[in-house]
Amino acid sequence: MSKILRVENIDAFYGDFQAVQNASFAVEEKEIASVIGTNGAGKSTLMRVISGTHPGKQNGKIFFKDTDITGWPTHKIVDMGLSIVPEGGRVFGRMSVKDNLIMGSYIKGARPGAATALERVYELFPILKEKAEHPAGSLSGGQRQMVAIGRALMANPEAVLFDEISLGLAPTVIKDIYARIRQLNKEGLTVILVEQDVKRSLKTCETAFVMLKGKVVLEGKSKDLTEEQVRNAYFGM
Amino acid sequence: MDAIIQAIIQGILLGGLYAVLGIGMSLIFGIVKITNLAHGDFIILAAFISYIFMGVLGCNPFLTLILVIPIMFVVGYVVQNTMLNKVLSRGDEPPLLVTFGLSIIIQNLLLYIFTANAHKLQTPLLLKAIPITEDVRIPVMYLIACIVSIFVILALAFYMKNTYQGRAIKAASDDIEAARLMGVNVKSIYGIAMGIAMMTAAVAGVMLGTLFNFYSYSGGTYLIVAFAVVVIGGIGNLYGTLFAGFVFGLAQIVGAQILGAEWQQLIGYAVLLIMLIFRPQGLFGNK
Repeated sequence: MSKILRVENIDAFYGDFQAVQNASFAVEEKEIASVIGTNGAGKSTLMRVISGTHPGKQNGKIFFKDTDITGWPTHKIVDMGLSIVPEGGRVFGRMSVKDNLIMGSYIKGARPGAATALERVYELFPILKEKAEHPAGSLSGGQRQMVAIGRALMANPEAVLFDEISLGLAPTVIKDIYARIRQLNKEGLTVILVEQDVKRSLKTCETAFVMLKGKVVLEGKSKDLTEEQVRNAYFGM
Repeated sequence: MDAIIQAIIQGILLGGLYAVLGIGMSLIFGIVKITNLAHGDFIILAAFISYIFMGVLGCNPFLTLILVIPIMFVVGYVVQNTMLNKVLSRGDEPPLLVTFGLSIIIQNLLLYIFTANAHKLQTPLLLKAIPITEDVRIPVMYLIACIVSIFVILALAFYMKNTYQGRAIKAASDDIEAARLMGVNVKSIYGIAMGIAMMTAAVAGVMLGTLFNFYSYSGGTYLIVAFAVVVIGGIGNLYGTLFAGFVFGLAQIVGAQILGAEWQQLIGYAVLLIMLIFRPQGLFGNK
């Protein structure tokens, strides 16, 4: 299998502070990969670098489908087939659920298939069809996260990056959302999870990358890694 | 009695024009979060551009819209992309100062080119009226201005609700970072939003120019009207702005009919003041 996303030797700064140091990882096509780390390990900054929204200085290279996308504006990256579910979902609160989803198909390549994609999202999350006309801001946390996932899927992506998807959600809701993500993966979607939750990540993913203080300190197939190994790397013990 | 009915008709029709004066400002206020202090001057600029084309082409003011509307779109797009976008990230005051500066520049440029004399977009329609009863008549030009204004606002509302671009403008105002993740080129979408606001200003300018005398420095007067309808209608609420136009127009004309013409301006602003005290979020605002 070939690597769909390759992140090579990334440094990222906020002013003088270096949040990511020489981080590299690669994701295979149609797998579930997860980037695990504590709060402040540099995961979100790394994701921002990948999605082209990091405001500060950065070094290193990013390849998506063997194209160098380093420094590209976000809209071009999305157009290439890499969608992002940002931390906290960040739905458009004043817009209806349906309009939120339609915004997901904003890139030119996704517009013709928007109607089909919308049906698929409604199938995946039936509750969103019920709430289609409600403002997204009025939904519960879990439902908002579903809107955010659905919105990312509307672009018809080949890979989706989920940033801290379970943050602040009830365990049953998280379980449900993870089941949907696995289902999407079975249908051929490459999934990149960014998580703090070691146990759940290891259970779900095929490849794991553990970050600590801005560096990737451990990587491997999740079946080869013990929870203890990951936990030690996670806390830097 | 007839005089009051006449005033109500006139007030409603004028209200339509007031709404279109404010609609572009409401869009930019609510979405790009810029208070465009030059909005009135852009309206007057559009009226003068129409005046030039009327002279050059010898056509009626309505036909000049074909040229004035796209020109004003470009003006808005360029102003947003070359000036306002550069200062957007630096807080609320810098964009405010830029629009204030633009207001002064436009006023003085117009003063330089067109002097301080009164101008008007002449049309024979201004003198025509449709008689309803002996003393009640519908002035045709007011009627046209009102219908055109309503059409502009409905078209804008349709555009905002049903097109990708319209949704993207709204999305960017909701969460700029998330809009970027959807593939929206945020900088250019603001340019488009300002361009569209200026298209409505073009219509407002031409309608206003056919109804009233305008001067190089009239922008300020109409900025206040625009402000009033935006505030009464609820910022960013397009239908609210339309309704507010009617309220403001009616208050002015009917008030003037009852209390005397010298009260016309004051009554309008009294309504605005009362609104600000009791419903600062506007009639249809929800915060």
